[in-house]
Amino acid sequence: MQSTAHAFKANVGHALVDDNLQQSLAILKVGFSERRRQAAERLPEFEALRDRARDIKNHALAHLDFYLEAFEAKVTALGGHVHWAPTAADARAAVLDICRRAGARTVTKSKSMIAEEIALNDHLEAHGIEPVETDLGEYIIQLRREPPSHIIAPAVHLTKDQVADTFLEHHRKLGFDKRLTERNDLVAEARQVLRRRFLEADVGITGANFLVAETGSSMLVTNEGNADLTNTLPRVHVVIASIEKVIPTLEDAATLLRVLARSATGQESASYTTFNTGPRRPDDPDGPAEYHVVLLDNGRSSVLGTQMQDMLRCIRCGACMNHCPVYGAIGGHAYGWVYPGPIGAVLTPQLVGVEEAGNLPNASTFCGRCESVCPVRIPLPKLMRHWREREFERHLTPASVRQGLALWAFLARRPQLYRRATGIANRMLALFGRADGRYGWLPLARGWTRHRDFPAPQAGGTFHAQWKARGGARR
Amino acid sequence: MSGREQILGTIRRSLKRDALSGAAREAAEARLRQHPVNIVPARAAGTPDERLRTFEHWATFNHATVARVAAAEVPQAVADYLTSNNLPARAVMAPDPALDRYDWGGRPLLELRRGLPLDADRVAITGALAGIAETGTLVLASGPAHPTSIHLLPETHVAVLREADVVGPMEEVFDRLRARYGEGVMPRTVCTVTGPSRTGDIEQQLELGAHGPRRLHILLVGD
Ligand code: SF4
Repeated sequence: MQSTAHAFKANVGHALVDDNLQQSLAILKVGFSERRRQAAERLPEFEALRDRARDIKNHALAHLDFYLEAFEAKVTALGGHVHWAPTAADARAAVLDICRRAGARTVTKSKSMIAEEIALNDHLEAHGIEPVETDLGEYIIQLRREPPSHIIAPAVHLTKDQVADTFLEHHRKLGFDKRLTERNDLVAEARQVLRRRFLEADVGITGANFLVAETGSSMLVTNEGNADLTNTLPRVHVVIASIEKVIPTLEDAATLLRVLARSATGQESASYTTFNTGPRRPDDPDGPAEYHVVLLDNGRSSVLGTQMQDMLRCIRCGACMNHCPVYGAIGGHAYGWVYPGPIGAVLTPQLVGVEEAGNLPNASTFCGRCESVCPVRIPLPKLMRHWREREFERHLTPASVRQGLALWAFLARRPQLYRRATGIANRMLALFGRADGRYGWLPLARGWTRHRDFPAPQAGGTFHAQWKARGGARR
Repeated sequence: MSGREQILGTIRRSLKRDALSGAAREAAEARLRQHPVNIVPARAAGTPDERLRTFEHWATFNHATVARVAAAEVPQAVADYLTSNNLPARAVMAPDPALDRYDWGGRPLLELRRGLPLDADRVAITGALAGIAETGTLVLASGPAHPTSIHLLPETHVAVLREADVVGPMEEVFDRLRARYGEGVMPRTVCTVTGPSRTGDIEQQLELGAHGPRRLHILLVGD
């Protein structure tokens, strides 16, 4: 997908005035986080499992080459094929080649963030192969030609009415000419339409939540069952996964699964957790004759061993965005690329460059909620801070911010002057205050006050003045 | 340079080492061989009886229905379930020899076909490799006895699970798989199914029966 992360500020402006989006975000903010909280409470071992999940991923990353080779050996021994793709272009080419050899006209897909990352659908379409998304949310946004706005709930930005309009527009030609108003009718209609597509597809493409080195299995976690139909009905099954998905054993998978579903949707377990291992066996009554795994690197291998390595532990549960006040205000599209929210603010500069996506790590209040819910304990605020520093070093920060920071640094090194300046500012601010102790408008700060109030300083002078009045650092 | 060499080379350069060797390699190999268990939640423990109750609790919590029946009552229980849900007394049944121990012939009004499901089939009857008490999950392994599509295409899935096959945590399923297929060997698919198919993709409200079954009914069979 083409990034619009550079236009982050404009994207945010649109998001804040989009009523449908704001309506959807209001549901999201309570729903996901409340369900996660309850699920965590039901499992006393949850925090210990998070520690263990972090350790498993760290171990896997420190031995990544070993486990990838072990995984490959297992897949190959079963007659499957592993394709190593250093870049997005390599991965697209590998998938297209498999589809062409299979003589594919249509492929069904179950939701894959890696497919979004490499813009697979556009590539297949450009070469005359029709990709059909089968996850309901992905299907809806595919019809609308929109990117996903959330990594586990791609259509979370849409209301039921918008879905109803979209279905009417696209399903009319298939003989469904009634505009539906009930959710269950919409789901049933999509089921009917997609069932036909499942039965006629030549190739099924899925992502993977984990790759298990011990057995050569790729694992998928879904609620709808679309991934299972995708990997079972067509003649060819292609798994696309990034290299950091590999973990050592089935036991490790069990631990990660226990934190994944609870962090993502607050479920005890997703409806379908499936281990796929190789192509159909000689005495199997169904299943694909061919099984391929495309392993995508796309810059991840060079993140190993750096301060940013922690980001590779991510299991794509979405909890960080579900709990993020910034995501909750602007939704996923504003981030401009595949991965939104806190993990997007960390991954996107890595994958598309800090020049393009330098704004994203700045879209944080550093409240720390993302880190506090991340099942593999990724220090997201620390990683965002790292990008901010890199952006600043490379002079990508806007002049106003740089000048502001330079002025602050100048004053901070001159305590006398600093106290005088902040004292004046404090008294100036008092002139603009409202009765409720907030500002709706401030000179030089319109960018802030257009969408939110600025809190007025409390009575009693600056922090320094109050500190002094209370006797300074007494113990 | 092949993509494979390129990726493995960059990984090793980033980790500042060559391919794993010596003690480090042996340790990683041992981990794959020994597959140590990590943390198992206490709720998965208990006597066989408690395990059955735990299974029933979580299966129901996850929107499946569970009925506990004796082996002799299985065909009757299936017929009753179909009637009470206004479903036709017609089903596709997995070609699973384990299902032959039930007296299906005693219910002549129940029309059964063995084999692969068709799109038109509304009800599927299958066995199960195991049940996981910890989450109320069914474990379905592909093979001659169980086409994967059979528990996906029909709208209603009736699974016959023997009490003796209900294990505590997921880890015990892996032990069973290793005992049955060999160390490090898996059938093409092992599907763990927790409740019916569902989606929350429209306004985050739960709807059952997205692509897979709308109803999952589990007959927990004592011997
Ligand atoms: S960073 Fe953590 S919380 Fe966010 S998606 Fe990844 S695993 Fe989940």
